[in-house]
Amino acid sequence: MPKDQSIGEALRARGISRRGFLKFCAATASLMALPPSMVPIIAQALERARRPSVIWLSFQECTGCTESLTRSHSPTVEGLIFDTISLDYHHTLQAASGAAAEAARAAAMQENWGNYILVVDGSIPVGDPGYSTIAGISNMDMLLETAAGAAAIVSVGSCAAFGGIPHANPNPTGALSVAAFIREYGNRTPNTFAADAAAQAAHTDISSKPIINVSGCPPIPVVITGVLAHFLTFGKIPDLDSLGRPLAFYGQSIHDRCYRRPFYDKGLFANTFDDEGAKKGWCLYKLGCKGPTTYNACATTKWNDGTSFPIQSGHPCLGCSEPDFWDGGGFYKAISTPTGDISRTAVYAIGAGAAAGVALGALNRAKRTRLQQTHSKVGIDDLDKGG
Amino acid sequence: MSERVIVDPITRIEGHLRIEAQMDGNRIAKAYSAGTMVRGIEIILRGRDPRDAWAFAQRICGVCTLVHGLASIRAVENALDYSIPPNAQLIRNLMNGAQYVHDHVMHFYHLHALDWVDVVSALNADPKATSDLAQSISNYSRSSPGYFADMQKKLKNFVEAGQLGIFAQAYWGHPAYKLPPEANLMAVAHYLDALAWQRDVAKLHAIFGGKNPHPNFLVGGVACPIDLNSDSAINAERLAQVQEIIHQMNAFVEQVYIPDLLAIASFYKDWGSRGEGLGNFLTFGDFPEHGMSDPASFLIPGGAILDRDLSTIHEVDMTASDEIQEFVAHSYYDYSTGKDGGLHPYDGETSLNYSGPKPPYRELDVDQSYSWLKSPRWKGHAMEVGPLARVLMLYAKGHDQTRELVNMTLNKLDVPVTALFSTLGRTAARGLETKVIGDMMQTWYNNLIANIKAGDTKTFNEKLWDPSTWPASAKGVGFMEAPRGGLAHWIVIEDQVIKNYQAVVPSTWNAGPRDPSGQPGAYEAALADNHTLHDPQQPIEILRTIHSFDPCIACAVHVTDPDGEELIQVKVR
Repeated sequence: MPKDQSIGEALRARGISRRGFLKFCAATASLMALPPSMVPIIAQALERARRPSVIWLSFQECTGCTESLTRSHSPTVEGLIFDTISLDYHHTLQAASGAAAEAARAAAMQENWGNYILVVDGSIPVGDPGYSTIAGISNMDMLLETAAGAAAIVSVGSCAAFGGIPHANPNPTGALSVAAFIREYGNRTPNTFAADAAAQAAHTDISSKPIINVSGCPPIPVVITGVLAHFLTFGKIPDLDSLGRPLAFYGQSIHDRCYRRPFYDKGLFANTFDDEGAKKGWCLYKLGCKGPTTYNACATTKWNDGTSFPIQSGHPCLGCSEPDFWDGGGFYKAISTPTGDISRTAVYAIGAGAAAGVALGALNRAKRTRLQQTHSKVGIDDLDKGG
Repeated sequence: MSERVIVDPITRIEGHLRIEAQMDGNRIAKAYSAGTMVRGIEIILRGRDPRDAWAFAQRICGVCTLVHGLASIRAVENALDYSIPPNAQLIRNLMNGAQYVHDHVMHFYHLHALDWVDVVSALNADPKATSDLAQSISNYSRSSPGYFADMQKKLKNFVEAGQLGIFAQAYWGHPAYKLPPEANLMAVAHYLDALAWQRDVAKLHAIFGGKNPHPNFLVGGVACPIDLNSDSAINAERLAQVQEIIHQMNAFVEQVYIPDLLAIASFYKDWGSRGEGLGNFLTFGDFPEHGMSDPASFLIPGGAILDRDLSTIHEVDMTASDEIQEFVAHSYYDYSTGKDGGLHPYDGETSLNYSGPKPPYRELDVDQSYSWLKSPRWKGHAMEVGPLARVLMLYAKGHDQTRELVNMTLNKLDVPVTALFSTLGRTAARGLETKVIGDMMQTWYNNLIANIKAGDTKTFNEKLWDPSTWPASAKGVGFMEAPRGGLAHWIVIEDQVIKNYQAVVPSTWNAGPRDPSGQPGAYEAALADNHTLHDPQQPIEILRTIHSFDPCIACAVHVTDPDGEELIQVKVR
């Protein structure tokens, strides 16, 4: 059995021509906004390796992130999991259950120690280990155990990236993002039924593991697959913003890329749903749109094969790729409007009281400047925003 | 032989759930179902703007990705007596209908099929014979020998590359797999086709709700305006796309899903005599023609069926304090009134108290609290919700198309009517209602077009949008039929914010633990109904019945001996 078959060999064995393969590489390059000169490099990287092992852990989550993964049109989920990666543990998709599923996780860890990609969706409750268990193991311990052998961690969705809805006030279960959990508990020894005692003994501090935050509730389908493709192609994590998110998808605000932006600039707003402005596609800022303070690719890649995105379908942006967006003071309150409960306005209160446009402009400039300054490299300490 | 089998996690479901069942020899004597994850979303909702609640509630589940959003806005609208325009109702019906078709097809192929379909056996299929089989049951165009030969080659290369990925460590070769290799190959091909199909038909949600998963909703209507003269509203181009998606949905259901369902079921008729469990069925009703205040116009009627008696449909009052109640005798929650009493959701409490074994643990103490799910009951009865409950309700109420579909299925499979009350019946009912709902989508679409033609483009009622127009206190219930069963949210609003919020979800009815009187929930009862494990180390029989409910929680299964003592940790080779 050709166990060490590379992707290139596998594709050829499958009757996929060199030309077809290069076309795939070109599509990948264009997805990542790379110049054509990068295509041969991508091709080379993809041809070399066995399909990299991916272990996907689901903690306090709703499976919306997995559903989003299956909606990706390019790369498709079947292209990804049958041709590009080896998805060795993933509750929603894997055939095996129970002890057999756990055996699959153990085998993937053992065979690919130090090289597999760990994807996490969902937050980690630290209030009580019994708040969330899998196979009798707490989420905390399963993360510690599995992260130890990972080459990198991809936190998919706002729950894993920033704590998400479980972390929303009053955070009943003590939910933490992956980065915040690792910062606080990364040097602990996991308490599991580790079949492989040696692996447990060899356990080391995981605080230095690189983490990529792919936020969104859920993230855009092609952003999930695009980030994985970047890592697999270049073998290193993409450049990140100060919140640990890849610049290729989170580098610009939705407001700056929104097709309704010209109406904001002209002062043309929808004042309520289904009014003249709403019908004509004017700016939804007054209806509570969080586009100006939200960094995501919705307005550029759009959703579901470019079909639409929330603003295009008439609903204000909820800001779902930002930390603590749940506590932003109300989805239908314009972001410069002061809200009653100060504790829930941490993110957006900055604009309170000032003339809307001016405050927004200033906020955008300040935030952009800060982001651009910090885009190059981020460490764990920078990722604690969701903390 | 007496032993405890542990299956944790049960995969190919949504969420986190654990079940313990007790063996008597090779037969399951008792089973226990336990949710193993909590987030406290009901607690998080307190003090929030009720208009925001849908977004929080929607994140209860990302698979049935819109149902909690819809139940939530209905709860707020019910509390405020807030009516919505007919177009908004039709668009919501279309979105929920699309959810059914999408969800049920994905459940069949991606969550349930691998309990019946042996992927490895497909390698031995003859592509020509597979083509003959496919063409004998359907006129689906992708059925040539070459198509199946390509599929098989792909699969062969995948297996030979030595990295089985999502197919690793499964029970391939288990004697419970009964399909011939050709049927297995056909099903594997359709597994992949369904993956491609689902991401296209999900676009219907994006058109009206901006994205999928988690499309947007709005109290008082829908957020997408209709304007045939706008490039940024629902216009002729968008409507044409919706029509195209409805065609695409129904073509796949008719040409692939239903024929596959019947073909596969014909090899597993013995599953028509196990897995029933409760015999009590509950629906809340949904798909109104004239708004939620007119239950007579619902496509799916609400009601309760007790002890399989389809001749008597009991009325259900969602607001009566002595009808729907939740119990926590075996749940990790405290009630201020004590562990043994039940509470109606208006008075419901969510107070977390984990009292299970300290992780890592190998078994739960099922005499104590053992689940993060509560135990809902209707007038004290444990009830099953979901496709089977709905099909039985439609059948009992004389819905012509449902009767035809049910009779056609029973005839084709040559099984008695009692086979409906089973694991097989539940899985078949899901397919049949997909056909009913899919057909209705065309009617809703036509009605929407007719409204627009008549000059009605209204999609939002602004009347009660401003919270200052609300009464000082109000309470309401938003109910619906979600793909997995009857779902309801109860909201209490005081001074413009949420004072209490309780969601009783389909999987709570089906997967909840025992109540104070020891009555099991639907999963627990179904697993205790005529299940013999061929090999307790590969308990595929448990997966079949649990998956037939389409669980919305990650599960785990134990099997204990009759006196609950001896423990054998099962390791699967």
